[in-house]
Amino acid sequence: MTQAPRVAVIVFPGSNDDRDAAWALGALGADPTFAWHADQELPRDTAGIVLPGGFSYGDYLRSGAIARFAPIMEAVDAFARDGGPVLGICNGFQILCEAGLLPGALRPNRTLTFVCRDVPLRVERTDLAFTARCDEGQRLSIPIKHGDGCYFADAELLAHLEANRQVVLRYDGENPNGAVADIAAVTNEWGNVMGLMPHPEHAVDPLLGASDGALILSGLVDAAREHALVAA
Amino acid sequence: MKATVLVRPKQGILDPQGDAVGSSLRQLGFAVDEARVGRVVDLELEGSDPAAAREQIERMCRHLLANPLIESYEISLEGHDE
Repeated sequence: MTQAPRVAVIVFPGSNDDRDAAWALGALGADPTFAWHADQELPRDTAGIVLPGGFSYGDYLRSGAIARFAPIMEAVDAFARDGGPVLGICNGFQILCEAGLLPGALRPNRTLTFVCRDVPLRVERTDLAFTARCDEGQRLSIPIKHGDGCYFADAELLAHLEANRQVVLRYDGENPNGAVADIAAVTNEWGNVMGLMPHPEHAVDPLLGASDGALILSGLVDAAREHALVAA
Repeated sequence: MKATVLVRPKQGILDPQGDAVGSSLRQLGFAVDEARVGRVVDLELEGSDPAAAREQIERMCRHLLANPLIESYEISLEGHDE
């Protein structure tokens, strides 16, 4: 029996899905722990990172713009550049974009309304840790709840992302926020950092209506387990 | 020294806030084709060298005040505008 990999959930002032993320990770076989935004270092033996949803620093200026300068982000950046698996959910996605760990930016929803509902998603690639448990083209149902989820990349960047296959999930059917090319999740060039607007941590238990999120989070846990072995 | 930074959504970027303001203005009977909503940051800086101040504010804009992918910015220094 291998040890549960340690996954650090970064807590910013205004994060509000940190506990749900930790609970879900624990249920899926990880050893979740919290890291405070003001810490300089990640917890010992961190093998995976989740940047959770919420409204870090009140979403002042732009969503994620201030959180990217939190002291812990230097350690997150180093971990990501070392190949460690990092998943940004909703506000975490916004922070990763602002920090330059993911391409693009997230803008206010086209409708200007906060959207909160289950959305159908299409899996665009499965050769990534985060989607390794999915099938190519699989339809997932995972809830979204955001005001700033309109993914933007200019024409040049979008062409680059498509050519590099960096789009991981797309909204299937109605586009809930105006995101370009129906993009719901992107990865970095190396495939070890992913951001998504839907909340997999809210969809891990069929009792609560949906469990497709477990596929994504289990992928992260698998990647963390592997990363722990490499780092050991 | 006082300075003002104007941050705008870049041309061509969807600006739902501006669209909502525009349509409200039209509903009120104003002849408005388009409205775009940006942000104003008023700064009070130490020092009195305008060139140094401008260089510093440029860095502020690139690092934090604007996201160059989606926003443009304009800097004006009180009493030093060309």
